[in-house]
Amino acid sequence: MAEYLFKIFRYDPDKDEGTKGRVQEYKVDVQEGWTLLDVLVHIKWFMDGTLTFRRACSHGICGSCGVTINGKNGLACETQIKDLGTQVITVEPLRGFRVIKDLVVDMEPFYDKLYAVKPYLIAYTPPPTDGERFQSPEDRRLLDGKYECLLCGCCTSSCPTYWADKDFLGPCALLKAAKFSLDSRDEGWAERVNAIDDKHGIWRCHTIFNCVEACPKELNPTRAIVELRRMTLKGRL
Amino acid sequence: MSEKFGDYRGSFKCVESVPPEEAKELHEPVGVDLHNVHRHDAVIVGAGLAGEYAALELKKAGHDVAVLTKIFPTRSHSTAAQGGIAAALANLEEDHIEWHFFDTVKGSDFLADQDAAELMVREAITVVYEYEHMGVPFSRTPDGKIMQRYFGGHVKDFGRGPKVLRACMAADRTGHALLHCLWENCVKLGVRFYPEFFVLDIITEGDRCLGLVAWDLINGGVHVFHAKAVLFASGGYARLFNISTNSRSNTADGLAIMMDNGFPIEDLEFVQFHPTGIAGKGFLITEGARGEGGYLINDKGERFMTRYAPSKMELAPRDIVSRAEWQEIMEGRGIGGQEYLYIDLRHLGAEKIKERLPQIRELSMKFAGVDPIEAPIPIQPTAHYSMGGIPTDINCRVLADGKSKWLQGMWAAGECACVSVHGANRLGTNSLLDASVHGRRAGKDMAAYLEVVECWEPLPVDCAKRAIEEVEWVLNADGDERPGDIRETMQVNMYRKCGVFRNEQELTEMYDIIKDLQRRYRNIRIDDKGTRFNLDLEETIELRHLLQTAEVIVAGALNRTESRGAHWRTDYPKRDDENWLKHTLAWRTEEGVRFDYKPVVITRFQPEERKY
Repeated sequence: MAEYLFKIFRYDPDKDEGTKGRVQEYKVDVQEGWTLLDVLVHIKWFMDGTLTFRRACSHGICGSCGVTINGKNGLACETQIKDLGTQVITVEPLRGFRVIKDLVVDMEPFYDKLYAVKPYLIAYTPPPTDGERFQSPEDRRLLDGKYECLLCGCCTSSCPTYWADKDFLGPCALLKAAKFSLDSRDEGWAERVNAIDDKHGIWRCHTIFNCVEACPKELNPTRAIVELRRMTLKGRL
Repeated sequence: MSEKFGDYRGSFKCVESVPPEEAKELHEPVGVDLHNVHRHDAVIVGAGLAGEYAALELKKAGHDVAVLTKIFPTRSHSTAAQGGIAAALANLEEDHIEWHFFDTVKGSDFLADQDAAELMVREAITVVYEYEHMGVPFSRTPDGKIMQRYFGGHVKDFGRGPKVLRACMAADRTGHALLHCLWENCVKLGVRFYPEFFVLDIITEGDRCLGLVAWDLINGGVHVFHAKAVLFASGGYARLFNISTNSRSNTADGLAIMMDNGFPIEDLEFVQFHPTGIAGKGFLITEGARGEGGYLINDKGERFMTRYAPSKMELAPRDIVSRAEWQEIMEGRGIGGQEYLYIDLRHLGAEKIKERLPQIRELSMKFAGVDPIEAPIPIQPTAHYSMGGIPTDINCRVLADGKSKWLQGMWAAGECACVSVHGANRLGTNSLLDASVHGRRAGKDMAAYLEVVECWEPLPVDCAKRAIEEVEWVLNADGDERPGDIRETMQVNMYRKCGVFRNEQELTEMYDIIKDLQRRYRNIRIDDKGTRFNLDLEETIELRHLLQTAEVIVAGALNRTESRGAHWRTDYPKRDDENWLKHTLAWRTEEGVRFDYKPVVITRFQPEERKY
């Protein structure tokens, strides 16, 4: 057990409207094995019920609790306090998104980017009526590193290009586009390329690699964007 | 058994029907802004596999469907399922629907309704192929088919043979792959979602459901959803326990709302404890880890399952493995005498672990500080799944009396429902299957119903009253008790006193604790008095839902004086078919819990002794 100081961003839409929000400090005795989400829940249940954040699964699979921790994006539920290496810990909402309340941000613009890339398998050849379509293990392996995405927003929120250009599709949506474009079963490239071959699409990425660093699942959206560029150029030839 | 979906023609008429164009003016619920009254053909609560599958079926049939979820759809707890979805595809070796049927019934300790179980295993094949066609990134066999793995309780030849490869898998992220795929297809078809809407009540008149009332979490405000057809796919309640695999959002909302409205709940005493939750936390280590060959070992390094299930060992069903673990712990063979054991994967080798159990490796590194390639993972039984729920028929229609009378206009599917396909104990990989098959069935049946029913029934003007009163009461609650204290007391005690092993004394103590917590709940205060994104408000109402549900679980566990499946009474350690081969129906009233029973549907397999 050790005492840590948490500096947490607060914004109450009823009281703080028109301001940039404030920072509130909480001293918490952190138990062995506690994650940041454990701390946030502890504060909410036993110290200050007004502290507001999103959370669900609590073990890094639902993607609800993306926040900025000591300046770096991550999921609160799988961030071990002792691994942060500091006694003073700052917690802020994901940047690049409008704050609704405290650590809760408006993710709608982020989801809109996903909808724009046609985030679903497009197949015109009818599948067999009494069985699965076949896919070789090698073809299936191309989806590894892409299908695991949680849509937590940590990548897009960390992207300086997205901060500057809110129409940029962003790493998450483009990773999603790559997932389908690289699926041997997908026949939707001609449709999907229209959405991504755009100045706010694949060409806007400056390969800064913040998204790679931010992804809690260690996925690589930058590489996916490069693959999409290659496919797009190949299609133009 | 009916494979058909509702031939509803001529079966009933709308009473006092109002043409849709005139109807709006007639239905102005008191206390609700008219902009907050929504009308859809069908309204679904919950966006897990059951809710989204139903939404797709309704949308494909051309109906206007809305899905309410208190979180964003892809955060639903189906995403946390890991190991697989069962279907006798026989992609790698011989398998048959009938074997899957038998295993499900035997796994249920013969409490499953066999007509429903048979239907589920038959439709399993269709559902898995549909998933593949929709785009699920299943793992593949060398010849390109859907990969399947071993799971507990799934065996060959009507229980007589060895284990069988039946669990269709996407590595160890199967739930995530299925849920995201369904959501993607909902996006494709333009299903209307209301994310971050928290359901507070259903609207009924007589034995008919007319819609529901919900709270808009982001903006605040009570909304009324007026619908011809309502589906609850609202999930389970295992957050009642402090050691749990479940999401913080699994808080029994659907069950409690049904109880509030005087409807019964079925078989709630059957709570599944998963044998391998990360020690002290409860997070899931998939049964697939044992399916791939993982061992369970105690402090002496013994594979203790030899004592409890010498034939199937670690792949015995979950109730049996969880009891074996707890027995080892009670007899002092937990690791270092503590309340945990080990699952050892080291002999599988790094390659297999990385290829087939990548998420397990990640979870144990992040939450147990252990790389399973190098060291065993500390585990303990963890609250996981509700076998019981809202009683429905095989077309997922909610039964107002729990037995035969339909609550017209209402369906339930997934973990919140009890068809019953799982009886007293669910087999691993049958939950994704149940949610998918019954979500699909509910959607098809609702679509058939909507073909016939053209009108919305007028809403009672006071339909939102109870919900508004509850929200106002919570927002103004200014007593002395913190909801957090009440919740923690409930969770810690439920795991101790209403867990893997139960007895009359501890259950009676637990019942008194719950009654005391319910009294304390009336004297709570909450800090957040605002209306916008008030998580304090939501969690406090969820706590009421949990306390009510806990009361029925404990009362049911006290009432059932036998041991069957996941419900094990040390003071009644035998299954008692003479008196208890029947489903419990429980009504929660202010005076306590009232019980009734209904027979188990037995079509093919007579109850026999259950050994593995």
